[in-house]
Amino acid sequence: MSRRPYIRPVSKTTWYMRNKRYKVYVLRELSSFLVAFYTFFTICALAILATDSAEKWDSFLASQQNTGMVVFHAVALLYFLFFQTFPWFKLAPKAMPVQVGENKLPDSFIIIGHYVAWVIVSAFIFWLAGVI
Amino acid sequence: MSTRIRDMELEIMRYDPEKDEAPWFQSYTVPCNEDWVILDAINYVKDNLDTTLAFRWSCHMMVCGSCGMMVNGEPSLTCKTFVRDLPDKVRIEPLENFPIERDLVVVLDDVMQKLHQVQPYIMRKDDPPAEDVEYNQTRGQLMKFKQLTMCINCMCCYAACPQYALNKDFIGPAALTLAHRYNLDNRDQGKSDRLNILADHDGVWDCSFVGACSEVCPKHVDPAAAIQQMKVDGAVEFWKQKMGIVGDKS
Repeated sequence: MSRRPYIRPVSKTTWYMRNKRYKVYVLRELSSFLVAFYTFFTICALAILATDSAEKWDSFLASQQNTGMVVFHAVALLYFLFFQTFPWFKLAPKAMPVQVGENKLPDSFIIIGHYVAWVIVSAFIFWLAGVI
Repeated sequence: MSTRIRDMELEIMRYDPEKDEAPWFQSYTVPCNEDWVILDAINYVKDNLDTTLAFRWSCHMMVCGSCGMMVNGEPSLTCKTFVRDLPDKVRIEPLENFPIERDLVVVLDDVMQKLHQVQPYIMRKDDPPAEDVEYNQTRGQLMKFKQLTMCINCMCCYAACPQYALNKDFIGPAALTLAHRYNLDNRDQGKSDRLNILADHDGVWDCSFVGACSEVCPKHVDPAAAIQQMKVDGAVEFWKQKMGIVGDKS
């Protein structure tokens, strides 16, 4: 009797279509394009700020206030919330389990801690920006 | 109390290396008792319908880890997958990401080598240990890694892992988890030796945290968590070495 193991082919381009888990993962990873965009966006904003021209800065701000850009930023925010913030906060206890005495701290403690830290940091940034 | 019998259609992947160029599906109608697990239905086929069907199983009680298969596309321990939770038509395939030896039997040589590679045993710097020495462990120290000892090497995690599907050099979920189990053991002193393997190219950094391994794990071992914790350990050790601090508990 001869051995002739069969190797099932795996597509390097469509593997993520195999199940829902992979699709959700790819959607999470696709947010890296938005990260790249916002990195570029921030550098542009800083470059405009560095020109010391109030006129250029005002026109940059005005360019962000048209409906298209507002919708884009809102969609990007929702995308980040659902494919970055919520999933990563949920996964945080996996990467950083905390054991107190003999038992592990419940996951909910670590997850809630992240949300509290998020609110505090956001409030600080809003305070810096003069919003609150 | 009588139990309900339901006819189920089992579509089972067949592959005979001496006859077939590629795997194909064969259908069997099985009168399933609602209390059965899928392994019972497969055994019914073997005992009553087709004696040529090849598959692995042993304990029928979630201990031996040998009956892992794809059930409707999901890596499953077939002794834990009840027919009452499944539709009338079920597709059964050998575990994904492994070569098929015959029918539902896969070749596990690669993961066996990987399990060995991560040095899954207690290593002591003071070997050989003095006679009559006991290495004590408190309950708290045990609880740090007890969950990880539940792995039965069913390899469902490898079948779920898209990274392993694309890159066979990746050490993979079960072997990495086993390594972490020993890294967390207070009696072990081999963490820095293991990190050379785990933090290398094919180790923890190949994991992109899809998390599928943990979702399919029938023993709730959570390999994805173990791997992320090792990434943290690896990064800490890296910076310790950069700053000239001698690392690890040993």
